[in-house]
Amino acid sequence: MLYDFANIVVFLVLTGVLVFGTLLVGRLVRTQKPTPEKNTIYECGEPPFGSSWVRYNIRFYNIALVFLIFDVEVVCLFPVILVLQHFKLISRTLMLVAVGEVAFFVVVLVIALIYAWHKGALDWLRAPESPYSVEESHNPE
Amino acid sequence: MAGKEIAIIIVFYVTCGVVVISALIAVFARSVINAAFALFFTLCGMAGFYFLLSADFLAIVQIVVYAGGILVLLLFGILLTHRTLEELGIEKRTTYIAGTIAGLAFYLILIFIIAQGLWHQIPPKPMAPTTATIGRLLLTKYLLPFEISSVTLLAALIGSAYLVRRKEGK
Repeated sequence: MLYDFANIVVFLVLTGVLVFGTLLVGRLVRTQKPTPEKNTIYECGEPPFGSSWVRYNIRFYNIALVFLIFDVEVVCLFPVILVLQHFKLISRTLMLVAVGEVAFFVVVLVIALIYAWHKGALDWLRAPESPYSVEESHNPE
Repeated sequence: MAGKEIAIIIVFYVTCGVVVISALIAVFARSVINAAFALFFTLCGMAGFYFLLSADFLAIVQIVVYAGGILVLLLFGILLTHRTLEELGIEKRTTYIAGTIAGLAFYLILIFIIAQGLWHQIPPKPMAPTTATIGRLLLTKYLLPFEISSVTLLAALIGSAYLVRRKEGK
């Protein structure tokens, strides 16, 4: 069991070696003649202006919040689903009870999803009749 | 057998190094976004500790929820604020002093708790998958917490919908 995770460690180490090794070799091999022109950020040939720290659309945060909740739901459901088969081997009623328990859990979260959906937490572009509709702000400037 | 134990010790100390160094970077980074990225390595290192303690499910949860969910939320939050540390007023001297005092107080509490602890040691067992055991306990002994957790998630979702709505309404 521990060796399965040792595989992951080996994979991580190899990934690091590959990425940083390539960068290191590139740094050693290439010539370096920096000029102010070369060091500017590439912006399709235009001289860059302003801060590159662009403000994101608030909906990313919104979606991330909803995602996090369903992330936790998966975490709660995953171990339970693993044992359902085991329960079935013991007795059928036990498994049905367990399925009922899981179903209750899921139904509560489906209610949550319907609520979020209804409140427009999942809408990317808000409907014009929504009282909370504001100007579209993908362009911060 | 000895080689395996040495390997585990090496992995443990490497993980320790990753956690401590990335945590220091997260604390002392000038830019909030660098701090958030350093925090990613701290959280993954914590997952490494859980692996070493044979808590495989907890380790995966740590990666999925903390590194994959909460950190992304944190990053979005930072990117949304569109402010540097100076603008937020975190660079002030008073903030440093208050932070140091709060940190020291928390550290003292931790030392107190660690000194109070009994630290029962269980004999080391061969590492076995824990997920199915957790699932069985969730359906039998800890059924009520399991169902309550779904209601808590419902409350969290309603709260997040409310928060987002208020921001949009401005």
